[in-house]
Amino acid sequence: MSTAIVLAGNPNSGKTTLFNELTGARQHVGNYPGVTVDKKQGTCVGDSGKFNIVDLPGTYSLTAYSLEEVVARDFLVNEKPSMIVNIVDASNLERNLYLSVQFMEMGIPVTIALNMMDVAKKRGIRIDIEKLSRLLNVPVVPTVARSGEGKKELLQTIAANVNGNVEPLTISYGRDMDTALDEMEEIIQASGFLTEKYRARWTAVKYLENDSQVIESGQKEDRAVALQLEKIVEKVTTHLAATLDAHPEGIIADQRYGFINSILKQNVIKFFQDKNRLQLSDKIDKVVTNRFIGPIIMVAILMGLYKFTFTYSEIPIGWFENFFGWIGGMADSALPDGFLKSLVISGIIDGVGGVLGFVPLIMFMFLGIAFLEDSGYLARMAFMLDRVFRMFGLHGSSVMAFIVSGGIAGGCAVPGVMAARTLKSPKERLATLLTVPFMNCGAKLPVFALLVAAFFAENEATVMLLITMISWMGALLVAWALRSTIIKGKATPFVMELPPYRMPTFKGILIHTWERTWQYIKKAGTVILGVSIILWAMMTFPGLDETKTKVFENQRTVIISQAGATILKDIENFEQDNLKVTHQLSAQALAVKQSLTQVDFDEAHAGLKNSIAGRIGSFLEGITKFAGFDWRTNIALVGGFAAKEVVVSTLGTAYSIGEVDPEETGSLSKRLKSAKGWGPLTAFSLIIFTIFYAPCFVTVVCIAKEAGSWKWAAFSVVFNTVLAFGLSVLFYQVGSIVLT
Amino acid sequence: MEIISLRQMRVDQTGTIASVKAFGELGRRIRDMGLIPGKEIKVQGRAPLLDPVSLRIMGFTLTLRNNEADHIEVEV
Repeated sequence: MSTAIVLAGNPNSGKTTLFNELTGARQHVGNYPGVTVDKKQGTCVGDSGKFNIVDLPGTYSLTAYSLEEVVARDFLVNEKPSMIVNIVDASNLERNLYLSVQFMEMGIPVTIALNMMDVAKKRGIRIDIEKLSRLLNVPVVPTVARSGEGKKELLQTIAANVNGNVEPLTISYGRDMDTALDEMEEIIQASGFLTEKYRARWTAVKYLENDSQVIESGQKEDRAVALQLEKIVEKVTTHLAATLDAHPEGIIADQRYGFINSILKQNVIKFFQDKNRLQLSDKIDKVVTNRFIGPIIMVAILMGLYKFTFTYSEIPIGWFENFFGWIGGMADSALPDGFLKSLVISGIIDGVGGVLGFVPLIMFMFLGIAFLEDSGYLARMAFMLDRVFRMFGLHGSSVMAFIVSGGIAGGCAVPGVMAARTLKSPKERLATLLTVPFMNCGAKLPVFALLVAAFFAENEATVMLLITMISWMGALLVAWALRSTIIKGKATPFVMELPPYRMPTFKGILIHTWERTWQYIKKAGTVILGVSIILWAMMTFPGLDETKTKVFENQRTVIISQAGATILKDIENFEQDNLKVTHQLSAQALAVKQSLTQVDFDEAHAGLKNSIAGRIGSFLEGITKFAGFDWRTNIALVGGFAAKEVVVSTLGTAYSIGEVDPEETGSLSKRLKSAKGWGPLTAFSLIIFTIFYAPCFVTVVCIAKEAGSWKWAAFSVVFNTVLAFGLSVLFYQVGSIVLT
Repeated sequence: MEIISLRQMRVDQTGTIASVKAFGELGRRIRDMGLIPGKEIKVQGRAPLLDPVSLRIMGFTLTLRNNEADHIEVEV
C-alpha cells in the first residue's frame, strides 16, 4: 500500500529539487485534466514505506486568479491527499509561511520541510525549529534539498504523521469579519452547502475573499443559500468600507501576515545581519540589471545561448540526418520503384526524420533555457524588457520565445513555441505563441537567400536586415492587435519575485531537459507522421495517366535510339563507375545524359502539376496572381507547410530543373531570374508571404499542444495565411502602380 | 514623515507601506507577496527603461510595474 502525498510550496523554494531528490528517476510528467499545467508524479521508497508523490505547481497563494493556483486547490480538494509536504524557504520564512497558513486553513495534515537551511545560516538567520513547530502545531523538518540533507528525517516524519487527524487552523480576522464568518459558517453547516467538497469555514473565508470559483460553484449548488451568503458579504463589505476604509480581501491578507508575525516575534527567528544588507546576489544585480551595462550583458548572453543551441546541436542533427539518409538508401535499394517506395522514403522516413531531426535542437535549447531559468537570470531578462514588450500586450518573459524562434535570424519556431512555457500569464502567453512563428527561422532563410541572390544581389545585407525588421514589426503589431481584440484583457500583474542567483544543479537541468524533449517526441511524433503522409500524397497523386507517361517514354526512346551504341556504352560504364571518379564522359555522351535527365525533370514537373497540390496551385492562381504568384509558386508554398525549406526544392521541380538542394540554389536562382513573370516585385512579395504565412505543421502541432486547443492551431494557419496574402497583395499592387 | 506613492520613490530609498489601494487580482497579488501596511520596503533598482521597479521586502526582491506601484502609498 502506498500513501498519496503532495509537495507544495512557493516558486524558487527548492520544491523541484526536493522532488527530484525524493523520487530520482521514478517520475513522469502528465497534465492535469483539461489544462496545460504540468503534473509531475513520482514514487519514493524509503525505510518508512512507499509514497506516491505529486508535485503541485509552485504558487504564492491559493486564489482563483491563476490556473496554477486553481489546479493546486482543486487537486487538494478532490484527491484528498494524506499529507501536504510544504516546502518552506528558511531564508524567506515570513512570505513562505503565508501559503502554509492557507494549507493549514484547509484542514489537510501539513508537514513543513524547512528548506535552504544553509542559505539561511549564511545570511545570519537563526530559526528555533522546535518552537516554530509547536506554535504552528505542525511537524517541521530542516532540509537542504540540494545536498539531500534531512531527506531521511523528512520521510520518517511524514510516515509518522500521515493520516493523522488535524484541527484546521482558524485565524481571527478581526471582530467584524469573525462575526460574519461565524454567521456564514452556521448557514453553510446547516444546509450542507458545498460541504462534501469544502470545509464550511473555508467556504466562508473564500466568500469574503470574493473568490470567483467558489462563488460560482455556490450559485450552482443552491441559489438561495448562495444569495444569503452574498448578502452577508455585502453587508460586512459596506460596513468595513465605512468604518475602516478597508476591504475584506485586504483585511484577510493583513491578518494572515499578522498571524505569522505573532508567531515569528516570539523569538522563533533571529537576524544576526541587517535584513537589507546587500547579498552577493544583489551585488550581481547592480551590474547585470544596470541601465547601460545590463542590456549589453543581456545581448551577449542571448547571443551565447543562440550560438550554443544552434552550433552544438548541428553535430547530433548531422548524425540524425545521416542515419535517416542511410535508412532511406536502404529502402531505396530494397524496395521496387513505385508508390510504396515513394511512400516509405518521401512520406514516412522523411516525416519521422523531420520530427526527430528537431530533437537535438530542442534538447540543447532547453538545456540553455533551463540553465538561465534555474540560475535566476530569466527573471532579470523579463524585468529589463517588460517595458518594451508590454507596449504590445506581451510580457517581459516573451523575449525568450521570440529569440529562439529566430528573432536573430536562423532559429526555429518549434522550440520557440515550447519556450513560451516560461510565461505564467495566460493571455500574454497565447499572444506570444501565435506571433513567434513570424520570426525568421532557419528553414525560411534558404528561401530568402534564393530570392535575394536572384533579385537583390547588390544589396544582400540590407535586404536581409530589412526582412528581419519586417518580421519583428509584424509580430509585435499582430501581438498588439490580438491583445486588443480576440485575446483582449488587462495585463496580468507583473508582481514577480527576483530570486537570488543560484548555481543550477546538474541533475535538475538534465531532468528538466529530458522531460521537455520526451514530451515533444511523444506528442508531436504521432500527429506529424500522419500529416507528413498526407502532404506526400497530395504532391504524388493522382500521378500522370498512361498516355502522358507514354509521351515521356517515347522521348526517352527517341534520344536513346539517336545516340548510338558507343555513347550508350559510355554512359553505362560511367554509371557503374559512379563511385570512382576516374571516368570521364565524352562530350556527346554528356549531352545525351543531360537530355535524358531533362526528360525526367519534365516528367516530375508534369506529375507535380497534375497532383492534388498542383491542382490546388493552378486553381489558386486566379487569386494569387494579385500577389504576383503563379501556380508553380503556389505549389511550392503548399509544400512549405511541411517545412519551409521545401519551398526551394519544390520550386526546382516546378521549374523542371529537378529537386534543388536548399543549400545550393545557384541554378534555380538563375532560372528564376530569366523566368517569365519574375522580378524584384514578385520576389519581395514572395518574401513577405513567406515571413507571415501559416507556420510549418510541426509548429502548428506544437501550438495546439501548448495552447491546449486545436482551435488556436487552426487559427494560426488561417489567420497567418490570410494576413500574409493581404500584405503580399498590398505590396505587389502598390508596387506595380509605383513602378509603372 | 510624508506619504508618497511608491512610483515616486528614489532608488535606495526606504519607507513603510501606508496603504494599498488595489483590489481584485492585482490587489491580491500585491498583498500575497507581503506588500501590506506596516511593512518596510527599500527600492532596490529600476529596469533600464525605468519601469518596472524592483524592491526589497522581508528579505527578498520583488518587481512591480510603475502603474502597479501607483496603488501603493509609502511613508518615507
